[in-house]
Amino acid sequence: MKSVKIYNRFERFWHWMQAALIIFLAMTGLEIHGSFTFFGYEQAVRYHSTAAVFLMILIVFAIFWHFTTGNWKQYLPTFENLRAQIDFYLTGIFRGAAHPVKRDVLSKLNPIQRLVYLGLKILVIPIMVSSGLLYMYYRYPQREGMVGIGIFELKSVAVLHTLGAYILIAFIITHLYLITTGQTVGSNLKAMITGWEDIEDDDDKVYNPKTTEIEVKADETTTN
Amino acid sequence: MKNNRFNPLGVPIFIGAMLVIAVVGQLITQQRESDSLERLKIQYAKPHQVAVDHQKLPELQVNFKAPQDVTRACVSCHTERHKELLNSSHWKWAREVYIPGRGVTIVGKKNMINNFCIGIGSNEVSCTRCHAGYGWEDASFDFKNWENIDCLVCHDNSGQYLKSRGGAGYPDSQTDLRLAAQSVALPTRDNCGSCHFYSGGGNNVKHGDLEEAILTADRNVDVHMAFDGGNLECIACHEAENHRMLGKLYSVSSMNRNRMNCEKCHGDFPHSQNILNEHTIKVACQTCHIPEFAKVNATKMYWDWSQAGKLKDGKAYSEEDEDGNDIYLSIKGAFKWEKHVKPEYVWFNGTADHYFLGDKVDKTKTVKMNSLNGDYRDRDAKIIPVKVHRSKQIYDCCNKTIIQPKLYAEEKGRGGYWKDFDWNIAAKLGMEAVNEAYSGKYCFVKTEMSWPVNHMVSPKEGALTCTECHTRTGSRLASLTDFYLPGRDSNRFVEIIGKILLILSVIGVLIHALMRIIASKKGGAQS
Repeated sequence: MKSVKIYNRFERFWHWMQAALIIFLAMTGLEIHGSFTFFGYEQAVRYHSTAAVFLMILIVFAIFWHFTTGNWKQYLPTFENLRAQIDFYLTGIFRGAAHPVKRDVLSKLNPIQRLVYLGLKILVIPIMVSSGLLYMYYRYPQREGMVGIGIFELKSVAVLHTLGAYILIAFIITHLYLITTGQTVGSNLKAMITGWEDIEDDDDKVYNPKTTEIEVKADETTTN
Repeated sequence: MKNNRFNPLGVPIFIGAMLVIAVVGQLITQQRESDSLERLKIQYAKPHQVAVDHQKLPELQVNFKAPQDVTRACVSCHTERHKELLNSSHWKWAREVYIPGRGVTIVGKKNMINNFCIGIGSNEVSCTRCHAGYGWEDASFDFKNWENIDCLVCHDNSGQYLKSRGGAGYPDSQTDLRLAAQSVALPTRDNCGSCHFYSGGGNNVKHGDLEEAILTADRNVDVHMAFDGGNLECIACHEAENHRMLGKLYSVSSMNRNRMNCEKCHGDFPHSQNILNEHTIKVACQTCHIPEFAKVNATKMYWDWSQAGKLKDGKAYSEEDEDGNDIYLSIKGAFKWEKHVKPEYVWFNGTADHYFLGDKVDKTKTVKMNSLNGDYRDRDAKIIPVKVHRSKQIYDCCNKTIIQPKLYAEEKGRGGYWKDFDWNIAAKLGMEAVNEAYSGKYCFVKTEMSWPVNHMVSPKEGALTCTECHTRTGSRLASLTDFYLPGRDSNRFVEIIGKILLILSVIGVLIHALMRIIASKKGGAQS
C-alpha cells in the first residue's frame, strides 16, 4: 500500500461547498415547491436565491480550475472497463473482489463515475443553472417589452427545474451510498476530507477480461 | 511527508468560510425602509392654507330660501366653475366610452343597472338623493341647467347639510343653507362619505371597503385615513382638476383611463426587496395590502329579491341579525351580510363590459352585471381583489332580459313595488320608463357583480404573507389557473417520475447494502 494525495485543497473545498450548497438548495427548493414547511416560504426563497448565486460563483471557479489544471480530462468518457465496473457493483463487491480500475491522481474516476459526472456537468447542472436564472429573471424581458426574448410562462422553466432537482437528489442518495464502497467503508470519505488515500500497489494484480475478475498474482496480504 | 498529509486547520477554515458566506448573504438581502414613504409623509404633513374665509363674503350674508340661490351665489364669484360641473360624472352620471363589441356608448348610473337596488329608471326621486344636483325626478331632468347644481353636498363643512330621503336631491327642509354656504371648503371625508359610504341603501352595503368606520379608523383599519396614520382626506388621492375627480369604479366604468392607483404616490417599485417589486408586474398592490374587506362593519354579500313581498298581517316587516343588519325586508327580500371577508381575485386590465338594459341573457347561467377583462397573458392585466356581490333579481322570462322595476313611489297605488308589492306592475312601469319591452312574465335570475376593493389598506405588517397564495391547498389564487404559481402548482408527470426516481434510488441502495452485509458475514470478505 502507498499513500497518495488524490484531492488537493481546492478540489476538496469545491466538493464540500458544492455538496453543502446543493443540499441546502434542495431543502429550500422543495419548500418553495410546496413539499414541506421549514424555513418559511419567504426565507426559503431568499436563501434559495442567495445560495444559487454562491453556487454559480463556485461553478465559475471550478470551471477555471478544471481547465487550468487539465482536470477536465478526468471526465472524458471511456468504455474501457465500463463493463467490469458494472460487474463489480453487481457481483464482485459481494465477493470482496478488488476494484477493477486503478485510481491515482491522473485518473480518479472509474468509468461509471466518468459518465455520471460528465452527465451532471454538461446536462443537469447547466439545465439547473439556466432554468434557475430564467426563474429568477424571466419577468424582466416581458416588462421591458422585449417580446423576442420574453418567456410568457414560468411553467416550462419551473417544471424543468423541478425535474433537474429530483435527478440531483437521486444522485445524492446513490452518491452517499457509493462512498462506502471504497477500499474500506470510510476510505473514500477520508480521502475527500484529508485529500489522502491509501492505494494498493497493484503491480501484482491483473484484470482478466474473460472472467472479469481481478486476479492476484502473488499471494500477498498487505496491511497498513 | 507524513506531517503534511492533512492540515487540521482546514476544517475550521472551511466552517468559517461557510459562516462568512451565510452572514454576507443575509446582509445583502437585509430590508431597508423605502425612501418614497418618507417623502410622502413629509408631503402630506403640510396643512392646507385657506385663502378665502367664506364667512366674510357679503354675497353669503343671506338667508337663502332655495338651494339654487346658494348655487347662484357661488357662481357669482366662481364664474366658470359651473361649466366644469356640467361636464363632470358627479353631475352627468354618465360617461362616453368605447367598449369592444358595443362601440361608443354611454355608461353610468344614469343607464346601467346593478344587482342591489337595480337602477334609477322610474326611481329617480329616491336614487338622486345622491346626485350632485336638485330636482332630478324623472328622465326629463335638464342636464344643462347649472342652477340645479348642488355645490354644498361636496363643499359644505358645517356638518348639518343633509339631502332629504326621496327628495330628488333637495336638502332637508331643516337645513340652514346660510350656515352651510358660509362653511364651504375643500371636500372632507364626511362630504364624500355622505353618498359613497351609504350607497345601496345603508352603510357599507355596496363597497365593503368604503364605510363610516373610515371616519374613526385606526391604522389597522385604514392606514391612509386613520387618525393615527396618514389622516388623509379622500381628495388627497382622488385629486380633482376642474372638478374632474381622479379614479372611478368599475360598476359604472369601462375604459382604462383616468384611473386612480397606488403607484401614483408610491411609485412602481415601492418595496425594498426586489422580489416583492417583481410581483407588481402581475399583482396589484391591493391584492397583498388589503387582505380583507368589511373590517369593521358587515357588507352585503347576497341579495335575494325573489324572497321579497312576504307580509305579516298585511304589513311589511324586517328581520335583523345580532349586529343589527337587515337580513330580511319585505320590500327588498333576504340578505346575507359578512364581516372580515377574504376578497376573490381576478385578472384585470382596466377595461370592463357591463350588462346593458335590453341584453338578452341565458337564465340558466349566472349573469355578470359587470365583467372585468384580463388574463395572465394580457400585459396590462394584474391580479386584483374584488368583492363579488351575488343576487337573484327580477328577469323577463320571455324576452330574456333583466328587468328594471319601479321600486320607489311616494304612496300606495302608484305601482312602486316598495308600496304595492306587485312585481308585475313594477316591472311594467319600470321597463316603460327605460324604453324597454316587458312581456308580462317575470321570474328571477342569478347575477353577480364584481367590485374592485381599493380602500381600507392595512399597514405593511398586515399584508398577505407568501403562503396565502404560494401553497398547495387553500391558495387565495386557487381560481386563477391560467399560469404557473410556484408553491401552488406542479407538473403531475414530473412529480411521478421524480418520486419514482427517489424511491428506486433508496430501494436500490438498501438492497445493495443489505446484500453486502450478508455477503461480508457469510464469506468474511472485506467490507
